[in-house]
Amino acid sequence: MNGKEQLLFNIGVVDFTLVDLALFLDTHPTDRRALEYYRHYAQIKKQLCKEFSKKYYPLTMEEANCEKAWEWGAAPMPWEGGCE
Amino acid sequence: MWSYEKRLQFPVKIKEPNAKLAQIIISQYGGPDGEMGASMRYLSQRYATPFREVAGVLTDIGTEELAHLEMVATIVHQLTRNLSMEEIERSGLDKYYVDHTLGIWPQAAGGVPFNACEFQSKGDIITDLSEDMAAEQKARTTYDNILRLITEPDVCEPIKFLREREIVHYQRFGEALRLTTDKLNEKNFYAFNPGFDKCESRNG
Repeated sequence: MNGKEQLLFNIGVVDFTLVDLALFLDTHPTDRRALEYYRHYAQIKKQLCKEFSKKYYPLTMEEANCEKAWEWGAAPMPWEGGCE
Repeated sequence: MWSYEKRLQFPVKIKEPNAKLAQIIISQYGGPDGEMGASMRYLSQRYATPFREVAGVLTDIGTEELAHLEMVATIVHQLTRNLSMEEIERSGLDKYYVDHTLGIWPQAAGGVPFNACEFQSKGDIITDLSEDMAAEQKARTTYDNILRLITEPDVCEPIKFLREREIVHYQRFGEALRLTTDKLNEKNFYAFNPGFDKCESRNG
């Protein structure tokens, strides 16, 4: 894995934690440990996504640079990987 | 409202195209227990529950299913990239190819098109959640069946991830059903349909 792939992988790991915690919290809304984990990983995801969009390309429209050109449209689609 | 992230929920990086596998795996795109039916089922059922937590579970699982739909499409797309005409004919993909070239179209492995009759939205949250628990198990069985047919690690890994999520969703739907019955008449959960009858539920 190169730096870009590694960072994207890490974002996937952190976001998966958040997705799974969110479902757990949907049915256990006052679980203190889950709430604490959620706050912790949400912060990390925000930082990693910001770093990714700064170094490579935006993962969300909100992170896209739109000063000179519409950067969002030029970002690769997620199904493009493999078959190198 | 939804927003999109340009990444997959779990990485899919398939090195070798394989038209035979693609024809099997497409069932989890548009087949009877596939991700299209799953996402449409939960997202459609949301409106008939007056209980916000339960509507939240349906929304969040339905949203995750859309991410799974994209993963399955990616697997099929990567398995069918750069195929030669000979491979298309030999693998039996020719029947799909004639109508869709190598585009992604929702169908079952047997060629049956996606059909909304593969899920229900009954307007009764006990009924709907019971269906949802069965749906997660049916999808889990389908992924188990797929895993017996494939050995390629770059295809197995994302399929194993999807299989595991079915088990988690089953658990969460079970809890949502419990949250629902906790709010209903404990002597008779079926005394009224909270999505239709104008009776007051126990906890408002």
